Amino acid sequence: MADKRYDEATQTETVGHEWDGIEELNTPLPRWWLWTFYACIVFAIGYTVAYPAWPGISSATQGVLGWTSRGQLAEEMDEAAAARAKTVASLADMPIEELPQHPELMRAAVSGGAAAFKVNCVQCHGAGAAGSKGYPNLNDDDWLWGGDLQTIETTLIYGIRQPGEDMTRQSMMPNFGSDGLLDAGQISDVADYVLSLSGKAQKSVATQRGAQVFADNCAVCHAENAKGNRDLGAPNLSDAIWLDGGSKAEVEAQIHHPHHGVMPAWGERLDPVTIKMLAAYVHSLGGGEEFTAPVPEAAGEGEDMAEDTAETRE
Amino acid sequence: MVTVLARAGLWLAVLFLAVIGVALAADGGFAIHMSIVALAALIAVWFTVRSADYGAIARGILKMPDEGRYDDDPVRWGVIATVFWGVVGFAAGVFIAAQLTWPWLNLEPYLNFSRLRPLHTSAVIFAFGGNALIATSYYVVQRTCRARLAFPGLARFVFWGYQLFIVLAATGYVLGISQSKEYAEPEWYVDWWLTIVWVCYLAVFVGTIIKRSEPHIYVANWFYLSFIITVAMLHVVNNLDWPVSFVGSKSYPVFAGVQGALVQWWYGHNAVGFFLTAGFLAMMYYFVPKQAERPVYSYRLSIIHFWSLIFIYIWAGPHHLHYTALPDWAQTLGMVFSIMLWMPSWGGMINGLMTLNGAWDKVRTDPIIRMMVMALAFYGMSTFEGPMMSIKFVNSLSHYTDWTIGHVHSGALGWNGMITFGAIYYLVPRLWNRERLYSVRMVNWHFWLATIGIVFYAASMWVAGIMQGLMWREYGADGYLVNTFADTVARMYPMYAMRAFGGLLYLAGGAIMVLNVWKTIAGQLREEAPMHNASYDPEADKPLPGARAAQAN
Repeated sequence: MADKRYDEATQTETVGHEWDGIEELNTPLPRWWLWTFYACIVFAIGYTVAYPAWPGISSATQGVLGWTSRGQLAEEMDEAAAARAKTVASLADMPIEELPQHPELMRAAVSGGAAAFKVNCVQCHGAGAAGSKGYPNLNDDDWLWGGDLQTIETTLIYGIRQPGEDMTRQSMMPNFGSDGLLDAGQISDVADYVLSLSGKAQKSVATQRGAQVFADNCAVCHAENAKGNRDLGAPNLSDAIWLDGGSKAEVEAQIHHPHHGVMPAWGERLDPVTIKMLAAYVHSLGGGEEFTAPVPEAAGEGEDMAEDTAETRE
Repeated sequence: MVTVLARAGLWLAVLFLAVIGVALAADGGFAIHMSIVALAALIAVWFTVRSADYGAIARGILKMPDEGRYDDDPVRWGVIATVFWGVVGFAAGVFIAAQLTWPWLNLEPYLNFSRLRPLHTSAVIFAFGGNALIATSYYVVQRTCRARLAFPGLARFVFWGYQLFIVLAATGYVLGISQSKEYAEPEWYVDWWLTIVWVCYLAVFVGTIIKRSEPHIYVANWFYLSFIITVAMLHVVNNLDWPVSFVGSKSYPVFAGVQGALVQWWYGHNAVGFFLTAGFLAMMYYFVPKQAERPVYSYRLSIIHFWSLIFIYIWAGPHHLHYTALPDWAQTLGMVFSIMLWMPSWGGMINGLMTLNGAWDKVRTDPIIRMMVMALAFYGMSTFEGPMMSIKFVNSLSHYTDWTIGHVHSGALGWNGMITFGAIYYLVPRLWNRERLYSVRMVNWHFWLATIGIVFYAASMWVAGIMQGLMWREYGADGYLVNTFADTVARMYPMYAMRAFGGLLYLAGGAIMVLNVWKTIAGQLREEAPMHNASYDPEADKPLPGARAAQAN
């Protein structure tokens, strides 16, 4: 309609409309733009033929490639499983205490254990396995239930205080305060005594009284020298490592009404090979102990985490 | 008089309902929100009664507005609101970026990341972007239709109603009121309010187009109209939900599970498509040719890319749900529609950039044009990146990583931000009838701060996102995953710090804009050398004295 005008700068005709001084040139569609647009459409149509795409009443076209996202996932998981297959097969038949004799397999087990640890264990024990208050540090050599490969594996399989698991590691420190076994003064004394063993409290009259309280009430599990007892999961109280905190208030609280941590029985959730790998990984963190086969052979299972004190570095 | 009474009565009714809401409120948040509504209604009653021209009513003469000029009051308010909310939104963004870098900045419970994040996104998209769209659409539709706004009262209601929506949304987030749908966090009663406001907006816009004096509807108005209509549809469908109580803030959506997810991302993606793309293309189609003083590059391209854009965009939402419970066929369609969307999106970029044909020198001399060109460049970049990221193979790496955040911000900061700044700098001197901006050089400062800020932001998020994606999927030689999530978080620290710095630069640019707009409105002119001046040295402006002698020898 209106006046078409020839635009000098671009040597193009305008369409002839004008709005508030704005005109429009009648430039044809850029060819490269149009052809790229067509190419995208062609690609889109081809892709919908190849892959699941067109919906019908009750189902959709499946695509000529037979691809599904579930199939792709299965394929990728299979690939990863195949990469692990050799290690898994070798580990499945091997008793864990023989693992150190096969360094190549040990290395593979540790890397598999590291991955499984990141999925299953970091929530409590932390990304670096350093634990936190109430959750043992797995990097040190202070073990509640023992630090050799077999013992760690047993702990993993049956867990600690896992309800409904007969074989789970059990240790129950009495509620010395809340059940009235000791009065507040005695608890204060014995806390002072325990802290003095690692130099966190001065020797005093109180610690002397505490020593007596300890001998009468605590030594049966924690041993005369307070070095603990792994058969009972009783922590070593003479070092500076405290699972539930090493301030006097925290130690008193633990004697008064102990906190009892729970670790799941992983044998119900993970396959035996993964548990071996986890044991190898935890063992490799720095505190792993040599396996000494014949010596302990104790009645109970052995070692684990206990109630109040254990593996957290202060 | 009757109108005044009717309006005042309407606001009194709203006030009454809000007070009942406060009294019966099932939770504290709802009570606070209803108090805000009551306050707003009270202010509305006051202004309705006060602004009545009793003299004119007494004389029985209906007061006529000045028909000789465009109705620009709501545009002026909108420009101020845009600048204000923009800076608020940028500041919130910088703060939450800092929270991600230094988590101790999470101030529980009101100012933690999860409450401030929707505050940031809503402030920049709906408060900054929305006000910019409403203000510019009012400005553009009047001028390109050569008609005053239809329903001037309604037009004002839209502006103030929209501000109330923003205040309710923002305070709701901080109070913990959220329906937890991304970009649609406000609860049911806020959604209903926005629906009312939006329908009024549509009425004003369409009414103005209907009473136009131009034979044709300008392309910018096609885009504005598609934006208004589609956003109405998206908003209503995605916010279909049942309130637990009509005097409480909580509601539950009608759609559940994967259907709910699909509806949410149909909404979420098209909020990008029709709010942040179509709406801002409308701004581009008016302000770029006006500022460049050149005709639009291609009328034909504008038709083809408009229709292909709005037809294709609406189907692309499922690409947000790749490798999820969404059926494979829907994922495929989401992906191929995204790929087909590439050229329709670029049509807008081509039409914008090529409009500068015959005026490219202005990129050198006019910082406003430079902003608009940079906006179009970022628009082109992010509308290429988007289809690329929708390809499943790429998406399996990029999804859930900060690459997405980088992508969104190259679009939001680069395209939406820059084109809005350009429009604001164009509008302010004209709306307030000033000779020019307070300072053109400060526009240049704003341009460079914003550009460098975006580069920091996008580059750090690209690196962070790709690193994150690669770390998540890394398998060791023994066939086991190598990294925990926390490992990737620890590695992101330097990138997060860099991103916060980029955001800070962008915010600084915004602060300069506030000053510039403020001073311009106040009528001041900064004494400064003009931006473009070919160098002239009067000393050198003469023939060489020795030249002739030298030649003679």
